[in-house]
Amino acid sequence: MLNQLQIIGHKSLNFFQRLGRGHILIFDVLKGIASLLPRPRLVVQQLYSVGVLSLIIIVVSGFFVGMVMGLQGYNTLVDFGAEESLGVMVALSLVRELGPVVTALLFAGRAGSALTAEIGLMKATEQLSAMEMMAVDPIRRVLSPRFVAGFISMPLLAAMFSAVGVLGGFFVGVGLLGVDDGAYWSQMQASVDIYDDIYNGVIKSLVFGFVVTWIAIFEGYDAIPTSEGVSRATTRTVVHSSLAVLGLDFILTALMFN
Amino acid sequence: MSTRITEIWVGLFVAGGIAALFMLAMKVSNLSTYKSDQGYDVTAYFEDISGLKVRSAVTMSGVRIGRVKEIVFDKNRLSARVTMEIEGEYDTLPDDSSASIYTAGLLGEKYIGLEPGAGSSDCEELSLDDSGEIKLDEKAGDCKPNNLKQGSEIKLTQDSLVLEKLIGQFISKFLSEDDKKEDTKK
Repeated sequence: MLNQLQIIGHKSLNFFQRLGRGHILIFDVLKGIASLLPRPRLVVQQLYSVGVLSLIIIVVSGFFVGMVMGLQGYNTLVDFGAEESLGVMVALSLVRELGPVVTALLFAGRAGSALTAEIGLMKATEQLSAMEMMAVDPIRRVLSPRFVAGFISMPLLAAMFSAVGVLGGFFVGVGLLGVDDGAYWSQMQASVDIYDDIYNGVIKSLVFGFVVTWIAIFEGYDAIPTSEGVSRATTRTVVHSSLAVLGLDFILTALMFN
Repeated sequence: MSTRITEIWVGLFVAGGIAALFMLAMKVSNLSTYKSDQGYDVTAYFEDISGLKVRSAVTMSGVRIGRVKEIVFDKNRLSARVTMEIEGEYDTLPDDSSASIYTAGLLGEKYIGLEPGAGSSDCEELSLDDSGEIKLDEKAGDCKPNNLKQGSEIKLTQDSLVLEKLIGQFISKFLSEDDKKEDTKK
């Protein structure tokens, strides 16, 4: 009985300790951003590995998601004789929901896991300790550039996802299924609002970028420095950031589009 | 990989992202239909706006010439005051134009359709002379027609068709006719 209670207590304490460490870390990382200004090259390198290398998966998935939306939307809308509204449907669902959310999920899988594994391995091989020995702050040198890169990449990737998705929907709807070219764009322009839809979508992707990158670097920095610990941390990054993205998406949607 | 190639790729990535945002703003959203030159505001009172929304279209001959800017309930006149912003280039609408609320399609959204009036101008004046005949005075000189301008009010308005009201009227008429028939039988 007491043993069970002890397990519950231990787990809760662990949870709150991790939560506290996570918040202390993010404050340190944010403070470290100022020291990046004289060395933008650190961020550029990370932008390459976080952003550029995620490009292919984002663009290809965006195109396919757009094509599927075009196909599914057409089959539903044609029953009501409203296939002209295909552009509206594709654009609104991409810009408001699918763009930010699917990009964030893919980003967590592609870039977040890589960040965690890299930082976790640095810790396991004591590279971080070695940096501290040389009076180089690993948070400022290693974590801050990665955080900034993730935070910048996410909205750009989400915008590309949505834009490519709209083109994918255009390709299927107009190219293959014969929806009118002009109606696709004009109805879209009439219904998609720059503030309500596009701006709110960008805000969403900024929030997701912040959360996913935060979880990724925290899991890496907090990993148990063994092979097993790093592998567990990587799994946790993907699971936790996916859950966080989906949960936050509901809250943000409720706040923005109520 | 050398730094130069890395940096070129990052440059491409950032430029591509910004281009995608730009495309979303210009091609997908309604930003390109925002007009930079300010229009003028015209008000109209409606008994029932049922479903008209802010930013709904204001059209004339089916062409969009403005948008609904504000809808408020006027507590003094007990009716809805709709403020429309007409684009500045359409400054030749006669001041006796009429405004009606229409529905696009059977289930579509509501919009305001303007219909041009005959137009009045300063230089014509109707007067009753001593013998009781109506006389039309035409003044010489520059005659400017009276057009809608900032702050003017459209007097002639027609409310939107509310389906429930129409059905209600139809049913009540139907019932009352039944009653009459029964009365005559008796």
